[in-house]
Amino acid sequence: MIGYLAGRLSASFLILVGVTIVTFGLTFLIPADPVAMIAGRTSTPQVREQIRVQLGLDQPLPVQYIAYVTRLAQGDLGRSYARKSDVGPLIASRLPPTLLLMLGAIIAELMIGIPAGLYAASRRGKTADKAAMIASFVSISTPQFVLGLSLIYVFAYLLPWAPLGGYGTFSHLVLPALTLGLAGGGWYSRMMRSSMIEVLQQDYIRTARAKGMPEWRVLLRHGMRNAILPIVAMIGLDVGIFMSGVVVVENVFGWPGIGQLMWQAIQSLDIPIIMGVTLVAAVFIVLGNLLADMIAPLIDPRIRLR
Amino acid sequence: MWARFARDRAASVGLAIIILFTVAAAAAHWIAPYDPTEQFFDGLTLEGAPLPPSSRFWFGSDTNGRDQFSRLLYGAQTSLLIGVLANGLAVAVGTLLGVTAGFLRGLTGAAIMRLTDLMMAFPPLLLAIALAAILKPGIGIVIVVIALVNWVQIARVIYAETTGLVNREYIEAARAMGAGPWRILWRHLLPHLVPTVIVYATLGIATTVLLEAMLSFLGRGVQPPTPAWGMMIFESQSYFLNAPWLVFVPGAAILILALAFNLVGDGLRDALDPTQRGRT
Amino acid sequence: MRKFLTIAAAALALAAASPAFAATKQGGAAIVTFNNDLTTLDPQIGYDWQNWSVIKSIFDGLMDYKPGTTELEPDLAQSYTVSDDGLTYTFILRDGIKFHNGRAVTSADVKYSLERAVNPATQSPGGGYFGMIAGYDDLTGGKASELSGITTPDDKTVILKLTRPDATFLHLMAINFAYIVPKEVVEAEGADFGKKPVGTGAFKVVNWTPGQSLELERFADYYRKGLPYLDKLTFEFGQDPTVAVLRLKKGEIDIVGDGIPPAQFTEVMADPANKNLIAEGEQLHTGYVTMNVTTPPFDNVKVRQAVNMAINKDRIVRLINNRAAPATQALPPAMPGYNPDNKGYAYDPEGAKKLLAEAGVGEGFTTELYAMNVDPNPRIAQAIQQDLAAVGIKAEIRSLAQAEVISAGGAGKAPMIWSGGMAWIADFPDPANFYYGILGCAGAVEGGWNWSKFCNKDLDARAEKADAMVKGDQQEARIAEWKSIFDEVLTQAPWAPIFNEKRFTYHSDRLGGEAALFTDPIHIPVNYDYIYAKDAQ
Repeated sequence: MIGYLAGRLSASFLILVGVTIVTFGLTFLIPADPVAMIAGRTSTPQVREQIRVQLGLDQPLPVQYIAYVTRLAQGDLGRSYARKSDVGPLIASRLPPTLLLMLGAIIAELMIGIPAGLYAASRRGKTADKAAMIASFVSISTPQFVLGLSLIYVFAYLLPWAPLGGYGTFSHLVLPALTLGLAGGGWYSRMMRSSMIEVLQQDYIRTARAKGMPEWRVLLRHGMRNAILPIVAMIGLDVGIFMSGVVVVENVFGWPGIGQLMWQAIQSLDIPIIMGVTLVAAVFIVLGNLLADMIAPLIDPRIRLR
Repeated sequence: MWARFARDRAASVGLAIIILFTVAAAAAHWIAPYDPTEQFFDGLTLEGAPLPPSSRFWFGSDTNGRDQFSRLLYGAQTSLLIGVLANGLAVAVGTLLGVTAGFLRGLTGAAIMRLTDLMMAFPPLLLAIALAAILKPGIGIVIVVIALVNWVQIARVIYAETTGLVNREYIEAARAMGAGPWRILWRHLLPHLVPTVIVYATLGIATTVLLEAMLSFLGRGVQPPTPAWGMMIFESQSYFLNAPWLVFVPGAAILILALAFNLVGDGLRDALDPTQRGRT
Repeated sequence: MRKFLTIAAAALALAAASPAFAATKQGGAAIVTFNNDLTTLDPQIGYDWQNWSVIKSIFDGLMDYKPGTTELEPDLAQSYTVSDDGLTYTFILRDGIKFHNGRAVTSADVKYSLERAVNPATQSPGGGYFGMIAGYDDLTGGKASELSGITTPDDKTVILKLTRPDATFLHLMAINFAYIVPKEVVEAEGADFGKKPVGTGAFKVVNWTPGQSLELERFADYYRKGLPYLDKLTFEFGQDPTVAVLRLKKGEIDIVGDGIPPAQFTEVMADPANKNLIAEGEQLHTGYVTMNVTTPPFDNVKVRQAVNMAINKDRIVRLINNRAAPATQALPPAMPGYNPDNKGYAYDPEGAKKLLAEAGVGEGFTTELYAMNVDPNPRIAQAIQQDLAAVGIKAEIRSLAQAEVISAGGAGKAPMIWSGGMAWIADFPDPANFYYGILGCAGAVEGGWNWSKFCNKDLDARAEKADAMVKGDQQEARIAEWKSIFDEVLTQAPWAPIFNEKRFTYHSDRLGGEAALFTDPIHIPVNYDYIYAKDAQ
């Protein structure tokens, strides 16, 4: 087990090193000159040259990369071109809303996926099962921006039950969390259904039924307990999907998280912010994968052997 | 297999929808009442607002005074073209690399799989936006960008299948009988991968349609005035409380097309291998 | 149009004389909404339309404009004198001006602030404006750490020596980059100064939660007694303007900072309840299409004139809900030097075809039109595209992020650019500000903002001569010369001017003040220092 974990950890570390090479490369691949963006439209060539030296852009690439990684190791994510402030604190101040939104989305997808999957499994092959499974496909086929705009139109405009967007109270969270989590809810209902169907064929379930235990108790006590572990492992993998989703959802709902920050940075090609958010997102994704990797042996002991 | 697929009613409906959309896209030139890029002077109110649906503009006019219905039809061309080509490219690249990694193993295999690990560490949408920023936007680039983002999943699945197959007894047996690597690859390996590839070639189109719509919605996809559903929503977003049809009609089109491919892909998966179920 | 990099000023000829502010009482609060977060409140750095006016309420410069107008007046300077050769300016500071931290302002702060703007280490986007101050080259070249042209014989006196006379110099002392900052706070905060600004202005920052809100409070020691009227001013971010309009109707907020969104514009304007709540004003803005004159076929003046005649400006104005007037020339109507007798190019597709034929491209040609990818700019680009197609010019649209368009324009890689969302609102109300950077040779360099790469040495020489006319009695001649320069620019047609935008500000009934304050040509969108709360009266 310890060997397995050490292996996963070192693999994660290597991935993060790879990520820093990619984010570093962004500075040179994105078609905008950082110096011109900083110097502004009144600048002289002389000033631009000075700024180039200040940024260390006159150094050879390997030297620049080492300097970049060294700064990263010290927690310095660089300085935004447009905002002229440090990227680290900027991301830190935007992270809590995004994490809150993700938490809301995880709750939303579990609250949708688990009951729907349980219900479908208990009605296997019946109309309700088929309807639930089609609904799950509808949810995963809905573009998030369309879903978000639709929810705003219906629940915030026609029926003003929720605010039209913004941040602050619980009621602000409901619609964006639902938008971000609905697709995951669809996936989870399918996973829940299939793992429940598998669990329900096990001997101990038959025993429980034979002993006259009520069906809902069979489902909840014995079935769910065993079926839920794969889902918990999936939550770790959701992080990657959420990191894409927040860019769209935060913009539709005016949510002040890193997705909105990222989008504004992309619009102004504020490369240090793009690099920083990409890096932070990658760290979260790698951590999420690590979490899934750690849960995996609990589900299927054979994984330890690999 | 086809019998099993045909019995799956949801998948059949999905297939019917795909055929319908394909026909509509192919025949857009004849069905569409107007040129999708023609901006009518009377296609806007005097205050510059789009017109609601009418006998002249069946689905209303858009914020440039163009016929929304014609744009919707031509938009199907864009979505299907990108969906099929981008996903086809992703499946081709993913299968090639996945089989290579699984079959060769060793350093090459490890290198390919570490590359997929690295790709997985980036949010797909951000990856697509970054690639779109580096390359110049346009329909060809959108196809390449989506393929570059989407091959990873396929490569990983094919890799897992390949390594599973390589260890099977019949392959060992073939090897023992002196079959060369190419023969093993062609005769014993690839045929077993075909079902998986078919399923992903279908399900992946749904993902691709959604990603294309998202890129267009963020103004990073196909360039105007080419009609694309995501871009139609992007362009009319400011009017969406007053003219919701401008958002909901193309939105529904994206949803229905992605749903159809998901249903067909799922049906194919069940038909090809009823025991295999899972995410993506 | 959402995001201007640059902002500015309008010569708005106010019919009304200076309004009677004396009777207004202090008190009350106002909430302003914006969709995007503010980037920075550092006056030497902030350079987009959103932070421009907030900075103006937190900081002051030597000069300012009378509220609601483009008329210069001394601000922190009590008085100033100009030498006969126009090369020496002497400013005397007012007594009793304090920073928000309580320290009194001295002449050393003025010197420090201007040097901070020019010093490349600050990375100020506006430092280049001060190139006429003696010692500029040494400071930007790293040969000096100070501007030798600024001397402070005593605590109250600042003497500025210029290397060339410049008629716009007093305007430059009124732009944000020349605002006065306290050295010790800037040095203590470092990069954080833009987040925790300390100035001399009417309001001071109480709290800023990035992405959410910024709270300002009346500065009790503000040197203009009785100002500002509001006790508290709050900016809320992440507020879509569509939502903000609905919230304003409910009485939850007071000003929609981004303006009225297109979809609601007609409805809001038609509502009789809003009759006194919408202020309309002109701004010093021109939206234009640049044509790169260094590459064929736009190196031929006839082709450029043909493009001017091919575009139907009326229809484009309708696309943006008539919130603009079709432009006839590069300068907007409210700018000194605007020529009302020059009607520009009328919409004439047939004439355009004829000119194209004369230029030898009668069969048309293919080119690229760059535009920023934020609504309504891709839509405007598509309207232009359709008009050009009608005369045989096939323009492919490149709808890109703002920075990418600016980059392509600066590198001279973009044959045509629609300027919407990027340029050009003047930074100060003078025709010179519409020339050097965007039409003169100085801007036609790699990375410059003259995206047409139009460089006419003759016109440049005339412009410099005009700007050397610094004496009061020369001003009429100077403006007449600028008028003639811009007439020539129109004939040369490096641009196709499309429209001049108007500003409409929607505010709640709780707020009072002259309409001009809500569409202030300098403090865009609103002059927060002079508006007042009706419930405090």
